[in-house]
Amino acid sequence: MATTTDPTSTGAAGGAHLRNAGLFGGTLPRWVPPALLVVLAGAVAGVLLAAGAFNAPLLAVLTTVAYAVAITVASAIVENRRRATDRLVTAVVYTCFALAMVPLVSLLWTVLVNGLQRLDGYFLSVSMNGVTPSMDAGGVYHAIVGTISITGFAALISIPIGLMTAIYLVEYGRGRLKQAITFFVDVMTGIPSIVAGLFVVALWMLLFGPGNTNGAAGAISLSVLMIPVVVRSCEEMLRLVPNELREASYALGVPKWLTIVKVVLPTAIAGITTGVMLALARVIGETAPLILTAGSSAVAINWNLFDGQMMSLPVFIYSQVRMGGAINYERAWAAALTLILVVMLLFLLARLVSRFFAPKLGR
Amino acid sequence: MSKRIDVSGLHVYYGDFLAVEDVSMTIEPRSVTAFIGSSGCGKSTFLRTLNRMHEVTPGARVQGKVMLDDQDIYAPEVDPVAVRREIGMVFQRPNPFPTMSIYDNVIAGARLNNQRMPKARADELVERSLRGANLWDEVKDRLNRPGAGLSGGQQQRLCIARAIAVEPAVLLMDEPCSALDPISTLAIEDLISQLKENYTIVIVTHNMQQAARVSDVTAFFNLAGTGKPGKLIEMGETNKIFTKPDKKETENYITGRFG
Repeated sequence: MATTTDPTSTGAAGGAHLRNAGLFGGTLPRWVPPALLVVLAGAVAGVLLAAGAFNAPLLAVLTTVAYAVAITVASAIVENRRRATDRLVTAVVYTCFALAMVPLVSLLWTVLVNGLQRLDGYFLSVSMNGVTPSMDAGGVYHAIVGTISITGFAALISIPIGLMTAIYLVEYGRGRLKQAITFFVDVMTGIPSIVAGLFVVALWMLLFGPGNTNGAAGAISLSVLMIPVVVRSCEEMLRLVPNELREASYALGVPKWLTIVKVVLPTAIAGITTGVMLALARVIGETAPLILTAGSSAVAINWNLFDGQMMSLPVFIYSQVRMGGAINYERAWAAALTLILVVMLLFLLARLVSRFFAPKLGR
Repeated sequence: MSKRIDVSGLHVYYGDFLAVEDVSMTIEPRSVTAFIGSSGCGKSTFLRTLNRMHEVTPGARVQGKVMLDDQDIYAPEVDPVAVRREIGMVFQRPNPFPTMSIYDNVIAGARLNNQRMPKARADELVERSLRGANLWDEVKDRLNRPGAGLSGGQQQRLCIARAIAVEPAVLLMDEPCSALDPISTLAIEDLISQLKENYTIVIVTHNMQQAARVSDVTAFFNLAGTGKPGKLIEMGETNKIFTKPDKKETENYITGRFG
């Protein structure tokens, strides 16, 4: 909420003098906005109950509108126009913030409530091998294995290629080639994921003949999606490294490649890690390309990327929902919760890594 | 250790733009040479050509000769990286490496070049360099703290320690005190007077009192006109330049009548 200044703190005489000079107008006490909000919420609830049309969303909407009007009018009367505008805009900003939080919190809540019904040690540690769709058994272990090995392999391909492309663009590239690469990276960022999947299906068809789906194909389709994101984020981070540090290193007689490896990369490592993790989080939930490339019917644990179909968490969710039974929905929600937990774990790891490597400025 | 620099007929270009025109000078070993002149007259550009740092800027090139003792540093077979090990540089803004401790900053020249050295020798080199930069007493108890946590003046002395740790023959300083307070400036000026016993020092400065205080020889640069390249106007004993310069332009500049 807006900060309020107490005019009496300047002393009575000086305050009166300044008040006459127009420097201080009246000020709504600090407790007014929250109190007003509570009172209005109560009043609106009362009216709705009396009308017999009480529901929570309506209450929230009406209270917000009433509050915005009331605080603006009150401020315009007691304070001045500028303050009134400030309070109105403050109310709007908080409303927008709340609106943005609604789907997020609601999503997390729904996944948590539905997912926890089935999420337990058993669910995380067994596969669907030999489980018929409606049987009260089976788990998601094979999909976790698939997700980890497919995204892991995709990261293994994408991070070196992406990082080195970024290094080329920032440190070496100039002229036409640099422009062309930047352009194509931008274009690649916009490729729909299903197209990346189709591309790899076509590639596999050419290389190994029809009917060959395996984890590696999934990993490659994911890396098609991941590389441009890694390039863009690493490029931004490398550009943030001050040129003075490069010059300092050159002036010590350090060759360019060592300067990049030992000065530029360590300085940017925190940002690079965050960027890579964001790219990873973007592809870990991809479904469409994996259905096309890694298959959607695997039920057994398969650690081998190069042999046979591989289940992954998003595809598991998709195929369970398509089966449509109550127990399938439960499995799907639990797998969704697992996927969110995996992503959160990755982010936590990224935070730790970037804190560990970040340039230290403390005394 | 200290070496002479002999420049003859040097032109510096950025692309097609001639930035500095036809400079010839001799910089004596074990002395301090100051470059003065108005902003944009090419002092810093010229200074950066002395250790081939200007090449870092895309499109920059030179014509002419720069001799370090009897070696032309622009000869085709010369490696610019080797030149920079021989001719160190301190920049306008202190730029310690933010990822490194004070200790690692000082031996960065060796560490970044993947040179292995025994711990005892590294310790000795760090202490010697920090003492050489008058910083040892202030930081000896916190060598493992980040270099970026020091004050501006200390950071600049850390950068000087880092530069002298690679044992160059020449030390170039590009306005090393312009971002510092008077006390830190004094510390650095004292340091310059000590360092000249072992090194050839070239310093660019906007502060004429500083040039008068620390240098043995002063060179005055100026633009030939707006949009024209910078030129070396006059070079001579600092005393002479500041009392009875040969050229009218120099006199105008040092007496504050223009520039």
